[in-house]
Amino acid sequence: MARIELQALRHSYRPDPVDDADYALKQVDLVWEDGGAYALLGPSGCGKTTLLNIISGLLCPSEGSILFDGVRVNDLSPEERRIAQVFQFPVVYDTMTVYDNLAFPLRNRGVPEKQIDTRVRAIAEMTDLTEMLGNKASGLTADGKQKISLGRGLVREDVNVIMFDEPLTVIDPHLKWKLRSKLKELHQRVRTTMIYVTHDQTEALTFADRVVVMHEGWVVQQGTPQELFERPRHTFVGHFIGSPGMNLMPCELADGGVSVDGHRIAVDRAIAPPKTGARLELGVRPEFVRFVDAHATDALPVDVIGVRDTGRNKIVETNFAGHKVRALVPEGISVPQGRAHVRFEIDRTQVYANGWIIE
Amino acid sequence: MKTRNQKAWFLVAPVVLLVAFNAVIPLMTVVNYSVQETFGDNLFFFEGMKWFEEVLSSERFHDSLIRQLKFTFIILAIQVPLGVAIALAMPRKGFWASVCLVLMAMPLLIPWNVVGAMWNIFALPDIGLLGKTLNAMGIDYNFTRQPFAAWATLIAMDVWHWTSLVVLLSYAGLSSIPDAYYQAARIDGASAWAVFRYIQLPKLKHVLTIAVLLRFMDSFNIYTEPFVLTGGGPGNTTTLLSLDLVKIALGQFDLGPAAAMSLVYFLIILLFSWIFYTVMTRGEDK
Repeated sequence: MARIELQALRHSYRPDPVDDADYALKQVDLVWEDGGAYALLGPSGCGKTTLLNIISGLLCPSEGSILFDGVRVNDLSPEERRIAQVFQFPVVYDTMTVYDNLAFPLRNRGVPEKQIDTRVRAIAEMTDLTEMLGNKASGLTADGKQKISLGRGLVREDVNVIMFDEPLTVIDPHLKWKLRSKLKELHQRVRTTMIYVTHDQTEALTFADRVVVMHEGWVVQQGTPQELFERPRHTFVGHFIGSPGMNLMPCELADGGVSVDGHRIAVDRAIAPPKTGARLELGVRPEFVRFVDAHATDALPVDVIGVRDTGRNKIVETNFAGHKVRALVPEGISVPQGRAHVRFEIDRTQVYANGWIIE
Repeated sequence: MKTRNQKAWFLVAPVVLLVAFNAVIPLMTVVNYSVQETFGDNLFFFEGMKWFEEVLSSERFHDSLIRQLKFTFIILAIQVPLGVAIALAMPRKGFWASVCLVLMAMPLLIPWNVVGAMWNIFALPDIGLLGKTLNAMGIDYNFTRQPFAAWATLIAMDVWHWTSLVVLLSYAGLSSIPDAYYQAARIDGASAWAVFRYIQLPKLKHVLTIAVLLRFMDSFNIYTEPFVLTGGGPGNTTTLLSLDLVKIALGQFDLGPAAAMSLVYFLIILLFSWIFYTVMTRGEDK
């Protein structure tokens, strides 16, 4: 068990990186507290896997340090860092049985056979592999094989952190849900730090206590699912998390607030004027756009364009001064047609300069 | 009903003709010879299974067959492990990977009789680099007189000539193993031996099956290089099956026994190939 700290980490796959564009990881400063369940969320190519391989020791970062409990481990092998990792595509040792596959990491470390047996059976129980323990691993289906990979990741008891690199990609949807709950349950039982890499927000938000969002080599936000939802620190988090994503529109500063095409919109804090030339945007999630009476304070005129029913909610698409603004209306509340008025909830409306929140 | 267009037959006709003239007809001719006694003036007499019985009970054939099996077994036992070992040691990428690949491909590109001639000169005890060096070191070496030296030279030549094939096949097989396997093995704390035993070897199984089959068939058919190097000598000590076959067929012009012998030869190769294939792919899912 360890507290993992990443300090000023940068990584480039090129031998002579010149500017930011050459770096797969641009600047990462992060702390993973001992025993946490973390998700590392971001689209393909944002640097998630690079970051993961740096933590596990499969990759050596170009710059910066990795600390386990305050000790620099940059030069230690995965073995010495005592980490476990599960990969995106199943890795099984074809010639071995399922049992031997699960026992492999323990045997390599010289654990006594009796202890191995108990441990392997416990893990097989957890991953539904008990009945297949005697089978050749090569004969299993893709999700059977991935369960073996998961099992091998979980079988050691002495690990500092277990990392999952999009482990459920090849698994059937219904099984995905089951395995994820299993992992979550397991985490609560063993309290080993777990880092779960995914590009799927549902997976991230259901598994993790804290989510780290990455975008183009930057960590754009770290927080609880609720923080990511209520206060996205970057416009990327706003539109990547949530369905549909955050409404974003260009705006300019007006006394004590902002204005969009002459419509004044109140915000809950004083906005310091940013550097000149910064691109200002106003962001508000569809959940916090409410239909109001035309005479209400801060009412903004919109034109309703369309309504999409998702079952639990209706997504109402409107046109506000030439910008598309979506509103989420709970089932059972009627949706106005044509010209209507909305209000953005004042404490859920954010202003961004060049993508980053102004606080 | 659809009208059928029979013109398609014309499209396959060239291939049928080609195969008929270079495979089917010669093979049937051999079958024909194998059951007849030949005299000059194209006189043939039907003899039934006589030649087969003679070949199968002939001591000369047994000796050649045993020499052939010994040769093939030694070749396989050296070339397969050595080829895999070299492939493992070769760099995976970069400039040196290309250099190694070109070097490895080189022996395969040299005409077979040139290989034989090269080794013959190389090994000559009085002027060859190898022969002269060995004798200068105090080792009495003369492959034209000593059976053991002849065998050693023959095997060294074949290893030099053909190990590359195993290397190239294994190298291709190794290159197709995804990185994730090696990463997982590192995380699982596997030793280099365990990585070889549980990842590389199982993944090489298919290419090794091909390599063993190819090397088996080629070495069992080997003719040119030993013909040029030792000509089957000293005495008959390196007379392999194909050398013997040619001696009977062309040297003595015994068409009947030679035909029967080639058919037996062919069936032996077929049988061994089938056994190798069955054993190496056993217990596999389709």
